[in-house]
Amino acid sequence: MATMNMIQAINSAMDVMLTKDPNVLVFGEDVGYFGGVFRATEGLQKKHGLTRCFDTPIGEGGIVAVAIGMGAYGLRPIVEIQFADYIYPAFDQIVSEAARLRYRSAGDFTAPMTVRTPYGGGIFGGQTHSQSPEAIFTHVSGLKTVVPATPYDAKGLLIAAIEDNDPVIFLEPKRIYNGPFDGHHDRPVQPWSKHPASDVPDGYYTVPLGKAAIVREGADLTVLAYGTMVHVALASAEDAQIDAEVIDLRTLLPLDIDTITKSVEKTGRCVIVHEATRTSGFGAELAALVQEYCFHHLEAPIERVTGWDTPYPHAFEWDYFPGPKRVVEAMRRAMEA
Amino acid sequence: MKNRKPLSLRVPEPEARPGDTPDFSAMKIPEAGTVRRPDPDSPDHEIRDLAYALIRVLDNDAQAVGPWNPRLDPETLRRGLRVMMLTRAYDDRMYRAQRQGKTSFYMKCTGEEACSIAAAFALDRDDMCFPSYRQQGILIARGYPLVTMMCQVYSNECDPLKGRQLPIMYSSKKDSFFTISGNLGTQFPQAVGWAMASAYKGDDRIAASWIGDGTTAEGDFHQALNFASVYRAPVILNVVNNQWAISSFQGIAGGEETTFASRAIGYGLPGLRVDGNDFLAVYAATEWAATRARDNQGATLIELYTYRVEGHSTSDDPSRYRPSDEGKAWPLGDPIERLKKHLIALGEWSEERHEQTQKDVVDEVRAANKEAESHGTLGAGKMPSVKTMFEDVYEEMPWHIRRQRQQLGV
Repeated sequence: MATMNMIQAINSAMDVMLTKDPNVLVFGEDVGYFGGVFRATEGLQKKHGLTRCFDTPIGEGGIVAVAIGMGAYGLRPIVEIQFADYIYPAFDQIVSEAARLRYRSAGDFTAPMTVRTPYGGGIFGGQTHSQSPEAIFTHVSGLKTVVPATPYDAKGLLIAAIEDNDPVIFLEPKRIYNGPFDGHHDRPVQPWSKHPASDVPDGYYTVPLGKAAIVREGADLTVLAYGTMVHVALASAEDAQIDAEVIDLRTLLPLDIDTITKSVEKTGRCVIVHEATRTSGFGAELAALVQEYCFHHLEAPIERVTGWDTPYPHAFEWDYFPGPKRVVEAMRRAMEA
Repeated sequence: MKNRKPLSLRVPEPEARPGDTPDFSAMKIPEAGTVRRPDPDSPDHEIRDLAYALIRVLDNDAQAVGPWNPRLDPETLRRGLRVMMLTRAYDDRMYRAQRQGKTSFYMKCTGEEACSIAAAFALDRDDMCFPSYRQQGILIARGYPLVTMMCQVYSNECDPLKGRQLPIMYSSKKDSFFTISGNLGTQFPQAVGWAMASAYKGDDRIAASWIGDGTTAEGDFHQALNFASVYRAPVILNVVNNQWAISSFQGIAGGEETTFASRAIGYGLPGLRVDGNDFLAVYAATEWAATRARDNQGATLIELYTYRVEGHSTSDDPSRYRPSDEGKAWPLGDPIERLKKHLIALGEWSEERHEQTQKDVVDEVRAANKEAESHGTLGAGKMPSVKTMFEDVYEEMPWHIRRQRQQLGV
């Protein structure tokens, strides 16, 4: 057991898998000698060799296409897209190729690849370093979409994603790489070392895909969140003095509908929180599912707290970010309805 | 406004449109046998002339001449001829099947048979091919059953792809034939990735891919060349320049300014420009590139210069945008006719044997089609089970897809 922040946990997951499976490779922009702009691949090239962790040209479409070809050969590549905002040049290869190979070839060819990419705001990254494009990927049949919220989950989920035989989009909430930021941007952020989920085994373990975690049990209302917003939701419950049950979805697709329905049937109220823009965001799918499965248990309209339907604004970060103030207001509306 | 000459926008146009006389006078066609053949391990900067040349082996007297003559034995030539004839007969039959309403769509490769079949002959059987939609000849060259191809086209109960793919989007891993995509050019960088994997594993198999002239305008084309160059991937990247991308002539993809083969030069790769209707030239160029790749010298870009004799697909009517007799005026002739004449010139073939073989391949196709149709045609007779529609989206069916299958009641 070691104390790890989320970057170290992600690094450890790749290290474990590079050691365990000679068919695992890691590549992407700046990931080799330098170890990645967020240091997620630091030391991997030195330890495992040049051909197992290497730099690529700046061509996201090429990076993903090469990984698809390697997957067809029988390798199990992990690629890093430096920011989720840069993933769009690879969109055709992800949507029309990686996601569809198994189906269109009736299982003859598969794309057992993991696309790691830092996403989300709260770092003053402006509109090209802050986006949350998860709903674009959950809309694509054939992809799995995973978002960890702690170092322990990040390592276990990443190993599960690497071992999965389907393509996985692994979105890393970069605002909480170094500590569980709770949305109170005017307060100092605790480092991960003070959080129990920074206790991470050194070796191999998995956190299964498709299973949510109840990170705070409560009776009054259910909060559905993922990534950074899990910590915002926890802080908001304290701020509002509401006995909220906070569910960290961990995998958006396939979704853990059982954990969600059980909780909403118990509490009768549901608040959905995500950083991404509101319209057609993943919250819309969650709201539709909750009303479909739990309609007769609902005692209040489902609330959504999200980013606004604008590009991510640089100077107005904290007006844009769905922080604790807005989450608390939504919780109170849900309680009062 | 300053006193300057106004700018003007240029939009390329082909030499001839419907009603015009086909005009290929601007095409420079060197005599067969005149292009040098450097060693396959030559540095790319010493062989840049090949990107602007036109490698040809069969001359006007149907003799194989010059340094690129691969000196194939007559039996191999006869097999190559037969596979090309079989492919054309298959195309004709499936085109008719579409017209008879037995399937939704078909694409012929008429006139381009050598581009895939001669290449398949030069490659090893387990070299991995990443084709576009006009390389059915590879599967036929590798002995893939015609019946199975037809069942795919008919989306019937024996379709190995279970009715999921548009006709002609074949897939066969055991024949080293990658699942065909309808999105153009995606397979080019994937082939590079496969080749990188083969190199990483210390394997000796190489990859090959095919796209059309129009697709060279896609980003995937350039990423493929860049990655192939950077990692010295053992891959052969073929551009089948058949002059037409649906209705857009190759000048719209930038083919008027320079050759497609010369795109290789900016990436530090060898580019070969080859007479794509010359079975021997395609074979020799592929063999050269394969030798280079297997020797760890990396990728080669090959432009196969040919002509799309038929429409883009059954949904296309080429008489609306090009002279209908343009194919007949194509100066590089027909790959089947040229190889036939060569074999006759060698004394290894005759008109009678050719006629007999033509009858044989038509019979073979007819018999295969009869069997395929007995398994159903699109929307008529036997179909794959509807419940298979929900399978293979993921390795294991997730709850939400299972639920949707239940909602459909299957």
